[in-house]
Amino acid sequence: MGKTVIPIGPYHPLQEEPEFFTLTVEGETVVDIDVRMGYNHRGIEKLSEQKTFENSTFVVERICGICSTSHPFAYTRAVEDIFPMEVSMRSKYIRTIVAEGERIHSHLLWLGLAGHFLGYNTVYMWAWKLREEILDVMEIISGNRQAYAMFKPGGVRRDINAEDIPICFKKIDSILPTLDMLKKAVLDDPVLHARLKGVGVMSYQEAIDFSALGPTSRASGVARDVRKDSPYGAYQEMEWNMIVTKNGDVFDKAVVRILEMFESAKIMKYCLNNIPDGEIDAKILDVPPGEGIGHIEAPRGETFHYVRSDGTNRPIRHKVRAPTFMNLPTYKATVKGQTISDATIILAAIDPCYCCTERIAVKDNKGRMLYDGNDLVQLSRSKTEKMKKRMGGR
Amino acid sequence: MTREEILLDFTSRFNEDILDFEDKSNTRVYVRIKPGAIVRAGTYLFRNIGARFNTATGIDVPPDMEILYHFTVEDINLLISLKVTLDREKPEIESLAKDIEAFNWIEREMSELLGITFVGHPDPRRLLLADSWPEGVCPLRQDYEEWDESADRTRGV
Repeated sequence: MGKTVIPIGPYHPLQEEPEFFTLTVEGETVVDIDVRMGYNHRGIEKLSEQKTFENSTFVVERICGICSTSHPFAYTRAVEDIFPMEVSMRSKYIRTIVAEGERIHSHLLWLGLAGHFLGYNTVYMWAWKLREEILDVMEIISGNRQAYAMFKPGGVRRDINAEDIPICFKKIDSILPTLDMLKKAVLDDPVLHARLKGVGVMSYQEAIDFSALGPTSRASGVARDVRKDSPYGAYQEMEWNMIVTKNGDVFDKAVVRILEMFESAKIMKYCLNNIPDGEIDAKILDVPPGEGIGHIEAPRGETFHYVRSDGTNRPIRHKVRAPTFMNLPTYKATVKGQTISDATIILAAIDPCYCCTERIAVKDNKGRMLYDGNDLVQLSRSKTEKMKKRMGGR
Repeated sequence: MTREEILLDFTSRFNEDILDFEDKSNTRVYVRIKPGAIVRAGTYLFRNIGARFNTATGIDVPPDMEILYHFTVEDINLLISLKVTLDREKPEIESLAKDIEAFNWIEREMSELLGITFVGHPDPRRLLLADSWPEGVCPLRQDYEEWDESADRTRGV
């Protein structure tokens, strides 16, 4: 049978990093896959060399719209590692609250979109409705729904008002029953079991070889989480569980993310209850020559920053490595041998800030259009429908 | 193994290749090694010690070119950075991506942004720069100059 090449991408408004996938298929089966990146390469590492240490915080905040806290968090830790110094306990608590709030809203965003691509728009509606509540909490704390601008080397820029704490606490508590309902709806659904189990499996050894990160690796049984392995912020202060599952398929990646949201809510509630008094800013005046590394657990995995200073007020090198840089190459292990209707959800399962499904087009070897993006989403949904019917549901 | 045992094991095994050893803090260690030993040292950390490869940082510090390979040993909360110094005129080093998939993309990135050649890389294509970007122009080098006269990129703060 002849091979067909399917281009996916490169642009989609839902993605913050446009990517261009080339799927080679034989019939329904994907036999090869390749990716081309760099459509949105903005040269932030170079730009950061021209900003002061304080200004760079806001530059890196704009790397990603969804995880706008993880980059400043890793960057400020890298600058604080140059000396090295410790920030005050109160600012550590505030940083932890903001980071965990971001994890919940990022996981909800993923869950909603995953549901949407599978034809479960109810999941999409519920998840995004819940996400609004968390964004409200973030707005109370920082004044913004996104790009919180809370971080600075040496501490945080804004304190949390004592009178806001009960309001945030109540809001987080109020989403938990709905989150629980959503968890049951997703995890107990026989159709989703049939649709996602055994799809896009990444083995333990593959996760190690690719140095996969975050939920992508934890779903394959690799127990790595920067929050546990090299504790920072306030994560040592309370009891919480690292969620690890064994199967490495799309279903397990969803399970890890859903269960992690409950842990994040637990951490946020503890921090709000037990936040100590104190200064929020260590007022760093000069950064001495040296080098520092900061790494934190973002919603998608470890975010890594390296900063080198020569004693002036600007970094001479600032290296940024986002988690998707390590997670995206795992497509080589997970997509080959799967069907086209599963390719979209497998590429989406690593949460690559999102794979541009609507830009997929299937052409035959004479260049005639066979399917476009909508058709492929339909294909994915109709597979779910067929499974529902076969299993006797509606 | 404890932190001391791992570091002792590593330093005694690569005793002849280590040029400088900086024990910066409880969680950070910087080791400068000979470029020729990077594949052996990196593979040993990754496969035998079980370290996770974080990423690599290429730095242009005239008159040298430097690469830092960052590894995390998660059990003991230690970040080991292997430093190598290359000749800036003709930066060349053996590729680790031949055996370990995790090094693939970052070596492609360093090769286009800094002009470092990774000998034996399985897939030495461009990763980030556009197809229209001229060959041999490396944007992260200190002597980088704007090549595109039509581009309006305001510089500085």
